[in-house]
Amino acid sequence: MPEGQFANKQPITNEEALKHLLSDKGGKQYYAEMAELDVDTEKLWASIRKTCKSRTMTWLEICAHCGMCADSCFLYRCNDRDPEQVPAFKIQSTLGEMVRRKGQVDNAFMRRAMDYAWSRCTCCNRCGQFCPHGIDMGVMFSYLRGLLYAQGFVPWELKIGAGMHRVYRAQMDVTTEDWVDTCEWMAEENSEEWPGLEIPVDLEDADIMYTLNAREPKHYPEDVAEAAILFHLAGEKWTVPSKGWEQTSLSLFAGDWEACRMNVEEVYGAIERLRPKRVIGTECGHAHRATVIEGPYWAGRPDGKPPVEYIHYVEWVAEALRTGKIKIDPAKKIREKVTLQDSCNYVRNHGLGKFTREIISYIVEDGYFVEMGPNREYNYCCGGGGGFNGVGMYRPQRNVALKTKRDQILATGAKLVIAPCHNCWDAIRDLEEEYEIGIRWSFLKPLLISMAIVPEHLKPQEEDE
Amino acid sequence: MADVYSFLTGPCFIVSLAVFFGGLLFRFVRYFYGLDWRLERVAYRPWLGDGIKGGVHSAFKWLIPFGTYGWRAQPFFTVCFVLFHAGAVLVPLFLIGHNVILEETFGFSLPAMPQPLADVLVAATIMGAFFIVLRRIALAEVRILTTWYDYFILALATVPFVTGFIARLHVGNYDFWLLCHIISGELMLILAPFTKLSHIVLYFASRWQLGADYAIKRGGHRRGDCFPW
Ligand code: HEM
Ligand code: SF4
Ligand code: SF4
Ligand code: SF4
Repeated sequence: MPEGQFANKQPITNEEALKHLLSDKGGKQYYAEMAELDVDTEKLWASIRKTCKSRTMTWLEICAHCGMCADSCFLYRCNDRDPEQVPAFKIQSTLGEMVRRKGQVDNAFMRRAMDYAWSRCTCCNRCGQFCPHGIDMGVMFSYLRGLLYAQGFVPWELKIGAGMHRVYRAQMDVTTEDWVDTCEWMAEENSEEWPGLEIPVDLEDADIMYTLNAREPKHYPEDVAEAAILFHLAGEKWTVPSKGWEQTSLSLFAGDWEACRMNVEEVYGAIERLRPKRVIGTECGHAHRATVIEGPYWAGRPDGKPPVEYIHYVEWVAEALRTGKIKIDPAKKIREKVTLQDSCNYVRNHGLGKFTREIISYIVEDGYFVEMGPNREYNYCCGGGGGFNGVGMYRPQRNVALKTKRDQILATGAKLVIAPCHNCWDAIRDLEEEYEIGIRWSFLKPLLISMAIVPEHLKPQEEDE
Repeated sequence: MADVYSFLTGPCFIVSLAVFFGGLLFRFVRYFYGLDWRLERVAYRPWLGDGIKGGVHSAFKWLIPFGTYGWRAQPFFTVCFVLFHAGAVLVPLFLIGHNVILEETFGFSLPAMPQPLADVLVAATIMGAFFIVLRRIALAEVRILTTWYDYFILALATVPFVTGFIARLHVGNYDFWLLCHIISGELMLILAPFTKLSHIVLYFASRWQLGADYAIKRGGHRRGDCFPW
């Protein structure tokens, strides 16, 4: 069968198609159709010729097959050192083979490549740090995902995710109206405890424009409220855009580069419309990757930078604590063993580890912070990155992948894990559910609110007796 | 015999060197010519200074034995690698015998290293190659990657050292081994640009690129210093 009604080479471009695909629960029929899907080998080869240039070609060619990358990959380590989990093997037997065969591959090859691209690599980029030739297999797997996506070989959830971005410019079906309502609701809901609390929508020329992850308004609206409370506490002149607020990109995980571009242009459009001095993104790793690190390139910006300074939440928190905009009550500092998850997306791939450490120095009493080993740039992926968390079909593999982080956390002896990244936070929640090691996990926002000193004028006024 | 020898060390030698240097130069230049800021998503031009700094750091830090996390994570392999490469890179360039031929052919030569040092380096190269082969056979994670092409490259690179060493020690027929040495050496020079041995220059290109990527896009000024390789 060339094209199925669900599994095909067409991206989802309208609400109807999206709902239709969603109605195929768990992608049952989708995957059945995929088993029959033809490969357009000519298009595949044409695409490789156009996009696989000297960097990637050289990576594939000069790989010394030395295996130095094996131990660097957490998936190799937690799958009993299965040789088929060696990064160089994984990429050479998929992308490498595809290039060597000049795109002449069949359906079975593509489905195997899909399994490898989405269940044997989280694109954490750690292997690239250990290869003497500087071969970054995470980058190549992301590229391979793009090739697979264009041929219709992509996990069901991620086809939907990319479709969400195309239809709603958000990873979930949150419309502009839903979003603005949530802002009003959250401001209202918390106004008693925080008099004067506002979530200003579409304020022009603010100091800060805040962008976030669609699941915050959709499933965790209190996170939106917490962000507002902290800006309020710090006395910031801030705003959120009514359109262009969604910072994440499931299309990045899916390899749908066109949808990536559409989403990031929506955010940059909001920046141009509202002219904030700078933009702050929420506690999310891949959202930062998508809008600050890779996004400028999707949008074709030659300097590789967003239109204005665009920082991660941890950078703002570090600054707020450093400058005293937010003050921590010394009596409320954390006094139990606590550890910190370094997100690959903004620590390995953006060097922000020093900011999270700086935050720790303000909120954790001396002597209670325990580093994971290894950490910072060398930390292991949480186990659920690159879309792994969200793909039902790969749940068993994902659960195995959590073991690395489980053991890292156990080795610290900490019962509290600070995880300023949505994906990591999910993975750590799931690892507690799966392995029950008795830990708690948290974003920074609730911790900061529970510890901050609230100035008199921001406290609720006592009612007259 | 003398004719064959003078042909091999004369015109043939010149051609081998020309192919080797010309070919490698071509591959090096073509690598950079083939870079594409949109595909790699690295703004090379606007941040060229940062890119050069991070890239050069990435290439040279990895030349220091045990100088990076990666090397330190694999001590046994690092020793093999260093043993092998020290001789592979230095001896061909600075061997007194080679420089005599250089002098005769081109009228210039490089400084020569003391012969005993050369002997030690060559022995190290051969030992390094031996252990690299052992490791390829013994470790499952390397075995799965290994192809016949890898052994071919290793042989292509090592045979000139083995034959040269035998000739130098005067075991067996000196002329025969010398001939083998020259032929295998020139074969290595000629094939290098067309095989994985092109890593002699592409190592620097590829390492530069990743270093530049981290210095320009993946951290850059936010990280402060160069990427902690
Ligand atoms: C400055 C120049 C060179 C640099 C920076 C360099 C670097 C490297 C690196 C990083 C590797 C991968 C790690 C490994 O598998 O050992 C490698 C492998 C290798 N190199 Fe080089 N190399 C250079 C010159 C040479 C030369 C001159 C030769 C041969 C005459 C050579 C022969 C090999 C071989 C055979 C391997 C594969 C080893 C294996 O099977 O694992 N290299 N080189
Ligand atoms: S470490 Fe690099 S050169 Fe060695 S096998 Fe892995 S990718 Fe290839
Ligand atoms: S990018 Fe990460 S998960 Fe993927 S192969 Fe490399 S180390 Fe493994
Ligand atoms: S979820 Fe966090 S740790 Fe895992 S890959 Fe993403 S950023 Fe890295």
